This record gives sequence, C-alpha cells and structure tokens, in this order.
Amino acid sequence: MILKRVGLGLFTLLAISLLITVGVEMLSGDVCTAILGQMASEETVAACHKKLDLDRPMFVRYVEWLFNFLQGDMGNSLANERTVLELISARIGNTLYLAALSSLVAIPLGISLGVVAALYRNTGFDRGISVTTLSTISVPDFFVAYILMALFAVKFQIFPAISNVSSGMGFWERFYVSGLPVLTLTLISIAHMMRMTRASIVNLLASPYIEMAKLKGIKPGRIIVKHALPNAWAPIIQVVILNIAFMVVGVVIIEVVFVYPGLGALMVDSVQLRNMPVVQATAMIFAAAYVLLNLLADVLSIIANPRLRHRR
Amino acid sequence: MKIIEFIKDLNWSARIGLIIILFFAFCAAFAPWVAPYGESQIVGDVWEPIGGEFLFGTDLIGRDMLSRLIFGARNTIVLALITTACSFSLGALMGFLAATMGGWVDQLLSRIVDIIISVPTLIAALIVVSAVGTSFFVLAAVIGIIYAMPVYRIARAVAMDVEVMDYVEAARLRGEGLWWIMKREILPNAMTPLAAEFGLRFCFVFLLISGLSFLGLGLQPPLADWGAMVRSNSEGIAWGFMHPLIPASCIALLTIGINLLVDSLVHKASGLRDDH
Repeated sequence: MILKRVGLGLFTLLAISLLITVGVEMLSGDVCTAILGQMASEETVAACHKKLDLDRPMFVRYVEWLFNFLQGDMGNSLANERTVLELISARIGNTLYLAALSSLVAIPLGISLGVVAALYRNTGFDRGISVTTLSTISVPDFFVAYILMALFAVKFQIFPAISNVSSGMGFWERFYVSGLPVLTLTLISIAHMMRMTRASIVNLLASPYIEMAKLKGIKPGRIIVKHALPNAWAPIIQVVILNIAFMVVGVVIIEVVFVYPGLGALMVDSVQLRNMPVVQATAMIFAAAYVLLNLLADVLSIIANPRLRHRR
Repeated sequence: MKIIEFIKDLNWSARIGLIIILFFAFCAAFAPWVAPYGESQIVGDVWEPIGGEFLFGTDLIGRDMLSRLIFGARNTIVLALITTACSFSLGALMGFLAATMGGWVDQLLSRIVDIIISVPTLIAALIVVSAVGTSFFVLAAVIGIIYAMPVYRIARAVAMDVEVMDYVEAARLRGEGLWWIMKREILPNAMTPLAAEFGLRFCFVFLLISGLSFLGLGLQPPLADWGAMVRSNSEGIAWGFMHPLIPASCIALLTIGINLLVDSLVHKASGLRDDH
C-alpha cells in the first residue's frame, strides 16, 4: 500500500520533469531561428544547434539533463556567468527558513484554534473565526501581505517593509527582518488548517461512538480531546502537510511582495528575463517539493489510520 | 418574474454576493460610459490623495485610479470569464470522452490529468508564460488548460453516473454516434453540477490571473488590470499611500461576493445542513 503510493509519487515526479523539459522546449520554439532570424541559412542554424547542443534528439538530452540534475548540475544561467546551482543554493535556505518558521507558528495555532472552534461550534466565537478565516482564504495573498505591511510597517513601524535578509545577519536580526513575510504566510495557512481541523472534528462528532460517550456523561472537552481527536489525526496530518506544501509554493508571491531573496522571487525574475535554465530548475524544485510533501501526507495518513494500514 | 422569486429565495449573504457581482459586472460592461476619464489618460499629479478631487486618487504616473479600476474590471473579468469558459469546455469534453469511451482512453486521459494536476497551478502557469510570453489569448489558453484538469475530474465523475443509465444504453443500441450521446444524453444531465462548479472555478481562475498580473506576467500595460495596478503602485505604500490596497480590495470583494452566492446556492441544492 505504502510502497505503491511511493512508486506512484516517484513516477509522477519523473513525468513532471519530462513534461517541464519537453513543454519548455516545444513552447519556446527554436532558439536558433529566434537569434539568427528567419533569413539565416541552413548551415548557420545547424552550427548554432551544434553549439547549443540542440542537434541531438530531445529524449537523449532530456535523460542527460535529468542525470545532471540529480547530481546537482543544473546548467548555466543565461543572464550571467553563474551556474544555476550557485544561484539556487544562495536562495533555497531563505525560502526554507521562511516556510519552517511560519509552519512552526501556524501548525500549533491552527490546530488548537480548530479544536476550540469545534468545541464552541455555532457560538459567536466560532462564527467570528469562521468569517475571518473564510475571508483570508478568498482574498489574494498579496492583499493580506499589503494590509499587514500598511499596518505594521507604515502605521506602527514595528517591522521593516522590505525583508532583504543577507547571510551575514544574526539570528534575531534575521527573525526581525523576515517578520512580515512570516506573519503573512502564518495567517494564510492558519486559516486553512483551522477550517480543516474544525471540519474533521465536527464530522466525527456526528458518529455513534461520540454519541455514546456523550450519553455516558463525559465532558465535551474530554470527548473532543480524548475521543474525537485521535480519529481526526489522519485528516489533520494531511492538512498540515498540504499546508506546508502550499507554503513552499505560495511563498512565490509573498517573496515578491516583501522583496525577500528566496527561490520564488528568483523564479519570477527568471521568468521575466526568460532565463529558461533557471526557470526549469526552480520549477522542478517547487514541483518536487509539492509532490513529495503530498506523498508524505498520504503515507503518514496511511500509517495513522489502522484501517488503511491493514487492508483486507 | 422568476428573477424576483429567485432573489426572494436567497438568504442575506447570497444577496450581498449577488449585489457585489452585479455591481462589478455593470462597471465592466459599461466601462467607457461609467468611467470619468480614459483608461490611460493622465489627469493629475502623481499619487493624489484618496477622496480629494479624484475619488480614489491618482496612480504612480497620475492616471485616475477610479477610471483604471473600472476599465480594469472589464479587462480582468472578461479574461477570467473566457478562461473559465475554455477550461470548462475542454475539461467537460475530455471528461465526457473518458466516461463514454472508457477503456484505454479513460486510462490515458486520467493519468495525464493526474500528472498535470500535481504541479502547483502558479508554477505551471509561470513555466508556460516564461516560454510563450503573455498575450490575452496565451493567458486564456494556458490558464484554461491548467484549470481544465479539475473540471475533467468532475465532468468524468458526473458522466460516469449518467453513462450507466438505461437511456444511454438505448441510444447506443439505436446506433447513435459517440458525439450524439455526449451532446444529447450526457451533457443535459451533467449541466447542473457543472454549472455549480463554474462560480467556484471562476474564483480560482480570477485569483490566479490576478496573481500572475501582480507578478508582472499578466496583461501588459497600458491595459488596466487589477493585479498589475496593485504591483505598480506598491511602492507608494512605504510612503503611506494606500492606493495599491484599492485594486487589491476589489479583487478580494469580487471573490468574496462570488463565494457568498455560490456557497448558498450549493448549500441549497445539496440540502446539506452543518449543524451538530
């Protein structure tokens, strides 16, 4: 069961990498005719193909690219003389830091808010939380970001509006500078997590064994924590990991808003410059992170649920 | 008088949603007549204050924000509508094909969709946009294809239910062709669930388009576009100008409005109740 899921995940990754390379290649057209113009003779185009290593079949180049990629060689950036690996390794740590810090705050807060909302469901507190989270979900990410920026950077001047972290910063300084992006990411993902936690617990509360516990006179708080929560773990784990996956990807827009030097900002810059090797590599990393986290979520929920673990 | 009954039937949140949608739709439809100034006409100084001579102030090069918002409504909403329509036509066609033909067609299509759907939408859109650039039709086609995948899943599931009905069997035995069965037997029966999805999918498409144009990869200037308006005026925020928040709140308001309406419609249609 788990093995099958892992195999499927790896296959998906492979297929995505093929899709990205072939798609990019087909869509961007022939680079050489673009450079040399329509009037170029066949020999010059052929020479250009040879120089850019385009004369061999696409599939061979794909396999080669894949092997190089797995070994960490992602080619050279078209915009400057640096290797893609260099560019990415300078940025990836910042993105991971952002995602990790936000998860650290958002996960416990999201789950406990969800439990509390389930406990006091259909009260003013629950409605208030539910309206707030619903509106955070349905507005664009950059809206939340700019509101926070207007509030905390301009009005109260607690955090800087632009988070240009650099490698020389100490822990606290870095923490302070990345305050606003972390806060934005946290707010957005708390909303998702809280709603899913609440929904899965409320769903469970309708089942007969909870009714039984209620009839036995167990206190509502104890029912939720001791009876409902253990069964809700599987969906909650799903939500948490899906949220981390969402963060790793949703970080793109947030990084651009706060000019945070992360992978997402790098990708957007490269897309604008049409710097294909960098786009390809960053896209692959984002897609891989997303697929792998989804895979992890599925595997963990199989492990957390005995009914899925022991299939008849 | 059916419309009045329909409105009477809605609860208050759905009515608010409907009013918001109608308001923006009106602005979009009659943009040249509603807007006080032209789309890219420079009318005043840079970043004139909100609420002064110009209701929403002016933008970073002195264009009237209100006029640009109204034209932006037109550009953004029309693009999102066309895109959603594309994704529904493509997704539904693929879904119906998979359901009626079954066998390897179904397998092949489903596996392809599985793979495409596992790439995050924004990333997928970024890759394609970087390869082919950003024009109105490219954007509509690209985002349409990306969002056709979830539609495929819904359409296939719905069509699967219809496909086992006796009347489809009867049509088959009568010797009707594949196209006829899809159009005359499956489509009418799949219409209601698909229509319910339309509003929700429109929101996703709309948010993705705004996100892309916020990143500078959507409609290109001087065309007004809400996402791009946020981005281009964003520097003002550091100086205390709240101008970028206006287009951003328009995006937020429209998505919330659609959500409110769709929520209550779906709720009523499914007869779900979320008490206990």
